[in-house]
Amino acid sequence: MERIQVAYINNLSERLGKSVKLGNLEIALFKLSNGEVRAIENSCPHKGGLLSQGIVSGEHVFCPLHDWKICTGDGEVQAPDEGCVRTYKVEIQDEKVYVCL
Amino acid sequence: MNFLLNKQTEKIIGSKRVKGLLFKDGSKVAADLVVMAVGIRPNVQLAKDSRIHVNRGIIVDDYMQTDSPNIHAVGECAEHREVVYGLVAPLYEQGKIVAEKICGVEGKKYEGSVVSTQLKVSGVDVFSAGRFMDSDDTKSIKVYDDFEGVYKKVVIQDNKVIGAVLFGNISDGPKLLGMINKGTDISDLPKVSILQSSADGSSESPVITVITMANSEVICGCNGVTKSTICEAIVENGLTTVDQVKNCTNASRSCGGCKPLVQDLLEHTLGDDFDQSDIKEAICSCTNLSREEVIEEIKGKKLKFVKEVMNVLGWKNDEGCSKCRPALNYYLGMLYPSEYNDEEESRFVNERLHANIQADGTYSVVPRMYGGVTNANDLRKIADVSDKYDVAMIKLTGGQRIDLLGIKKEDLPKVWAELDMPSGYAYGKALRTVKTCVGSRFCRFGTQDSTQLGIDLEKKFERLNTPHKVKMSVSACPRNCAESGIKDVGIVGVDGGFEMYVGGNGGTHLRAGDLLCTVKTEEEVFEFTSAFLQYYRETANYLERTSKWVERTGLEHVREMLFDQKSRQQLVERMDESLTHTKDPWKEIVENENKQEKLFQNLSSAVPSRV
Repeated sequence: MERIQVAYINNLSERLGKSVKLGNLEIALFKLSNGEVRAIENSCPHKGGLLSQGIVSGEHVFCPLHDWKICTGDGEVQAPDEGCVRTYKVEIQDEKVYVCL
Repeated sequence: MNFLLNKQTEKIIGSKRVKGLLFKDGSKVAADLVVMAVGIRPNVQLAKDSRIHVNRGIIVDDYMQTDSPNIHAVGECAEHREVVYGLVAPLYEQGKIVAEKICGVEGKKYEGSVVSTQLKVSGVDVFSAGRFMDSDDTKSIKVYDDFEGVYKKVVIQDNKVIGAVLFGNISDGPKLLGMINKGTDISDLPKVSILQSSADGSSESPVITVITMANSEVICGCNGVTKSTICEAIVENGLTTVDQVKNCTNASRSCGGCKPLVQDLLEHTLGDDFDQSDIKEAICSCTNLSREEVIEEIKGKKLKFVKEVMNVLGWKNDEGCSKCRPALNYYLGMLYPSEYNDEEESRFVNERLHANIQADGTYSVVPRMYGGVTNANDLRKIADVSDKYDVAMIKLTGGQRIDLLGIKKEDLPKVWAELDMPSGYAYGKALRTVKTCVGSRFCRFGTQDSTQLGIDLEKKFERLNTPHKVKMSVSACPRNCAESGIKDVGIVGVDGGFEMYVGGNGGTHLRAGDLLCTVKTEEEVFEFTSAFLQYYRETANYLERTSKWVERTGLEHVREMLFDQKSRQQLVERMDESLTHTKDPWKEIVENENKQEKLFQNLSSAVPSRV
C-alpha cells in the first residue's frame, strides 16, 4: 500500500472540499463537521462533475453539476440515481493528512 | 337618527369595549355598538346611457336578458329578481345560462344563486351562506364555544339546511354550502353531527362529505372546476398535493376557500397513498415546514445560523441538503442584512466561487458592464486577460456583456485582479444585468435616456441577493429594443414617463410582464423598483422567479403593497438597508489571501511515504 501525504489538517476547512492530483488520479478530500476526513474520486459517475466543489451535508456530497447525492463513506450514489465512486482510506498523523492508495 | 355620510373612520375608541369612533377629520362620535358593512355599487352607466331598464343593477329576466332583446347582462352589474350579486360564483351560473341562450340550446331558467361569503373580519374568519336569520318557520342548531372563540349556526327549514353562519372556525363552510345547494334531507342525521368538522377527529361523521357529491358538482366556484375534473386530474397526472391540483386544474387558485374539499378529494382518491404531510409545500424533504412557517420561526425565535434553524426546527437531516441550505442562508441574510455572516459552505459552487462552473470543471467570468456599455480600456483588459489565461471562448451574452469561458478555478482571483472590474454576478441569485437600448442620446425614436437610466439602476441594485436571478431592462420607446416585456422588471420609456412591467420571463417560464404602473419620473422608477424587488425578496420562495411569484401572489396584491405610500416607503427603507451591506466579492477575494487559499487553491501532494 502506498501512503501519500496530501495536506496538513489545517489546510482543510469543514464542509469545503479540496482536490488533489496524484498522477492520473484526482481525489476530492472532505473534512466533515464531525472532524473526520474522507477521500473519494473527484468525478461524479454521471457527467464527471468535480465533487470537491459540491455542498457537503453530513457524510454526503451533492455534485455541483446535476445535484447527484454521493456518500463519502462508501462512494455509493443515493437513490433515485445510481452508481458509485472510488473511496480511499485516510490517515491522520501529527497533523498530516495521508491518502492510502 | 343622524346620518354621517362622507366620514372616514380613523379608529374605534375604547379599551375594553367600544366608546366611540374617531373620524379622519378629527371629529368624534359616541357609540355603544359598531356595525361594519361593506358593499359594492354596480357600474350601470353604459346600460343607462343606452336606455336599458336599470334599477340597482341592470334588470334581467330568467335568461339574463335585459328589456332590449339582444342585450344580456351577467355578473355584478345585473339585477335578477331584485337581487344583485356581488360575488363571482353566481356569475359562472349566469354565464352558463346566457351561453345556452346564445347558442340556442334549450336550457334551464336561472333561479338565482345561493351565495356564500368567506371573509376575515378583524382577524376572525367569517363564513355565511343562504338565509341565516331565524324566522317563525325555521329552527336552528347553534354552537358557541368561548374557549376556542367559535360560533356556528345552521338554519333549518322543513328538514333542509337553508343557511349557515360561522365565526372563528369556518372549515365546515364548503360542506354546509353543498348541503344547502343540494337540499339534503337531514331528518335522519343526528343534528349535532352537522356541525362536527372532520378536523375534530370525527372524520367518520355521517354527514354528507365530498365523496357523496355528484361528479358534475362544482368544487371550486371561483374557477368553475368540477369534482370529476379534479379526480381525473389526480389520477391521470399522479397528483399528490393540493398545490399540484391547484396548478393543474386551477381549483382553489383564487380565494382558496375550497382547499379543504380538494384535500378531501385527494385523500379519498389516493387512499393510503395520501400523505398528510404533503398538504403544504415543505421547503425540502428535510422538513415538513413551509417557507412561511420557517420564516416565522426564524423571526419568532430569533434564530441566527443555518445550523441553529435546522436544530431548533427539528430537521430530519442534521445538516440539511443542497436545497434547504442555500435557501436558509438566503432567508437569514434577507432577514438580518446587517448581522448575518454569509455561510460559504451553504452556497452553491457558483455563488461560493463567484464564477459559473462549466461542464468540464472550468469556470466562466463575466465582468460588470453597466447598462451594456463598455469602453476601449475595458475591452483591452479583457483581451489581455483572455490571452494570458488561455480563455477558450469569448462570448457575448444575452444580457449585453462579455463572458470569458474556460478559466481554471485557481486562476480566478488573478483574472479578477487583472481585469480590475466589478463582478457581473452572472453566477448569482442576484441582479444580473440591466439591458438597455441606445436611447434618446442617439436613437431618433428614443423618448428617454434609457442607457443612463439602465446604468444607474444597475449601479444601485448590483450585488443584491434575491430569491432567484433578477433581470432588468430599460427601453427608450415602445419599440422595446431592450425586450422589457420579458424581464423581471422591464421599463419602457414613453413620452413624458415610464411604463413599468414586472414578472416577465424569457426563459423556462415564458411570460409577458404585467404592467405594474406608469410613472412620470426616474425617481419614481427607482422607488417602485426598490419596493417591488424588496417585496419579492421578502415573500418569494427561494428559487422562485418573479414570474411565478407574481402569479402566486397576485398582481393586485403586489400593487396594494406598492401603491400604499407607507408600505412602499417601508419596503424602500428595508431595501436601502440591505444595499448598504453589499461589497464587491471579486475585490474582497483579491484582497484576502486566506479566502483565496481556502476556496481556490488545490492541494499539491508531497513526496509519497511508504509504510
